[in-house]
Amino acid sequence: MNKYLKNLLWLLLAVLGATAVGGIALNRGESVNALWFIAAALCIHAIAYRFYAAWIAAKVLVVDETRATPAERLDNGRDFVPTNKWIVFGHHFAAIAGPGPLVGPTLAAQFGYLPGTLWILFGAVLGGCVQDMVTLFLSTRRDGKSLGQMARDELGSLGGAAALIGTFAIMIILIAVLGLVVVNAMKHSPWATSTVAATIPIAMIVGLYMRNFRPGRVLEASALGAILLLLSVVAGGWVDHHEGLRVLFDHEGLTLAWWVMAYGFAAAILPVWLLLAPRDYLSTFMKLGTVILLAVAIVLLQPHVKMPALTQFIDGTGPIFGGKLFPFVFITIACGAISGFHALIASGTTPKLLANERDIRMIGYGGMLLESFVAIMALIAATVLEPGVYFAINSPAGVVGKEAVDAVAKISSWGFPVSVEQMQTLARQMGEKTLFARTGGAPSLAVGMASIFGSAFGQGLLALWYHFAIMFEAIFILTTLDAGTRVGRFMLQDMLGNIWPKMGQTSWAPSVIFTSALVVSGWGYFLYIGVIDPNGGVNILWPLFGIANQMLAAIALCVGTGILIKSGKLKYAWVTGGPLLWLVIITSTAAWEKITSTDIRVGFFAAANDLSTKLAAGNLPPEKAAVAPQLIFNQQLDAWLTLFFVMVLWVIVFDMLRVCWRHLAGKPVPALTETPHMPSLLVEGWVRD
Amino acid sequence: MLNRLKTLWQMMRRLSGDDAYEQYLRHYAEHHQGDDAVTDGTTEPILSMEEFFKQWQDKKWKGVKRCC
Repeated sequence: MNKYLKNLLWLLLAVLGATAVGGIALNRGESVNALWFIAAALCIHAIAYRFYAAWIAAKVLVVDETRATPAERLDNGRDFVPTNKWIVFGHHFAAIAGPGPLVGPTLAAQFGYLPGTLWILFGAVLGGCVQDMVTLFLSTRRDGKSLGQMARDELGSLGGAAALIGTFAIMIILIAVLGLVVVNAMKHSPWATSTVAATIPIAMIVGLYMRNFRPGRVLEASALGAILLLLSVVAGGWVDHHEGLRVLFDHEGLTLAWWVMAYGFAAAILPVWLLLAPRDYLSTFMKLGTVILLAVAIVLLQPHVKMPALTQFIDGTGPIFGGKLFPFVFITIACGAISGFHALIASGTTPKLLANERDIRMIGYGGMLLESFVAIMALIAATVLEPGVYFAINSPAGVVGKEAVDAVAKISSWGFPVSVEQMQTLARQMGEKTLFARTGGAPSLAVGMASIFGSAFGQGLLALWYHFAIMFEAIFILTTLDAGTRVGRFMLQDMLGNIWPKMGQTSWAPSVIFTSALVVSGWGYFLYIGVIDPNGGVNILWPLFGIANQMLAAIALCVGTGILIKSGKLKYAWVTGGPLLWLVIITSTAAWEKITSTDIRVGFFAAANDLSTKLAAGNLPPEKAAVAPQLIFNQQLDAWLTLFFVMVLWVIVFDMLRVCWRHLAGKPVPALTETPHMPSLLVEGWVRD
Repeated sequence: MLNRLKTLWQMMRRLSGDDAYEQYLRHYAEHHQGDDAVTDGTTEPILSMEEFFKQWQDKKWKGVKRCC
């Protein structure tokens, strides 16, 4: 009876899920209650987790709960520690969830709500979650080896080098684009700028508290920091109303970009305990708190999604970024659906904490499901805005015009009515001077979140909610920026150490300063160009980031597919091979279009040529002519960079195919490096749940 | 109810690293003390809370720890 009841329950869930997906997919012309999105996500996630993930764990990976994990065998009380699965889940989720799933879906909303929703849901359950789980499993079976090491051991040195270069490249582009998102949120906004600036001394206070005042009292210090952060949001409002103070924080984008670079450099050379570690505690607490708050607010308020299912911009003429629905929706929403970056977390830290292999499904697959859920909520927050307002906030001045009147006329002519008064009222409510051309996703998401929070918990505080949301996004964007710069520095020191061993010493001051400066100038360059680009920079940088991130995902899936085939599981190779094929198709198509398209808003070379012709003919206004040579150089550089990414991708795909072919033909291949089976002593008598 | 809250609190402490030093002490008592450790030479001086926290934090931030 019980079994029938369970089956009935799953059947009901499947019907509900199908109804929800069908409802939001087939709806035309009416607004949709956001609860349908939540229902669709929960049903699809639950079914995928219960059936697909369980099947992969049992049949494809064959997880063995009697086998000792690296945490058990190598337990040293520090990095290898068998840990309760909920704790590992918390660590893993905090590490994988960054600003990506918030920004990507917001940008992709220019195609309408439907493409993004479908890709986030199905991309995650068939691709992203599988990648995370398989990588976690493989690394667990190899004493917590990193993706790069696994690629080198299992496929060959070519694969290892590709993984290393891929990781470094993606880090640089990621930091630049995230820096740009923060700069666009702060420019000419004394409230946002002062609040974000305040997070730096607050992090230092927390760091000193944990280090000197009450060593190791992480929770106390974080609670103190969280209170100070909330106060800084309120204090930002006072700064904004104070004539003398507000000018201190009222800056052009370029000035702010220099400050962000200076900050990144400082964060990379300062000791971790002073800035990086305390900031990370604060951002983790803020992130979890806000995500829970947003979920509660959406369920309570049940806002209506006003964006149409599809907009006319699926033809590639979108204002936020150019390019057709295929392949650009898949490139834009990288993190909420499948993110190569996660493979770096799933190989490395997390496997060293796993107490038992059976937790791999929950942590690898489940962690990514939750990230996908966050992406769905970000999509809801962006699409509950009036479409006109959404486009007014996100369209760069270079596309719709600098003056508010021109911008609203242009946006209204697309069929998304919006008026200057409406935007002015909204800006006033949010405590800002203007909300036009704040490209990048953070401000429109903040407006969306503020209106959801405002309606659920008090309308009078809209400006506070808006700046809270900006602070919340900025704090973990800056955390990614610090941590990324630091990781980039370590990688660079490691690489240079091969040439000149002294450079490899991570604590040698000249090496630290030199490599940090190099990494900061790497992303600083792209940030600088992004800020001076009248088309907003996001148009160029986000697709580049998406391509790099999907390339890294493809590398992880190549490692997974190669190992599956080498382990004699050819008949299951489609589990990772399918998503891999899809990623290769979308990444290559996107790269092809970014390189060869004649549309100047898509093709890098086309844009460079167009600008050179205009510059030579003297058709450019003086302020644009001044930056044109740099923009031309940058477009060409981006084209070559894209070509490089896609070549790295193809090299590793062919390397994987070569290894698989040799294995199937019975020729020698690099041996499997799986650690031999040792029985677990923890299984019996250890209460875990 | 009270027990649940207690468990939740324990989890928060574990997740944030608030009880990392207590964990270390427990590990130390189990593995680096007593006759076994003396004979196979794995004894090491016990770290103070400050020292431990310093090492723990520095170690935590080597490598990729945060994502996009």
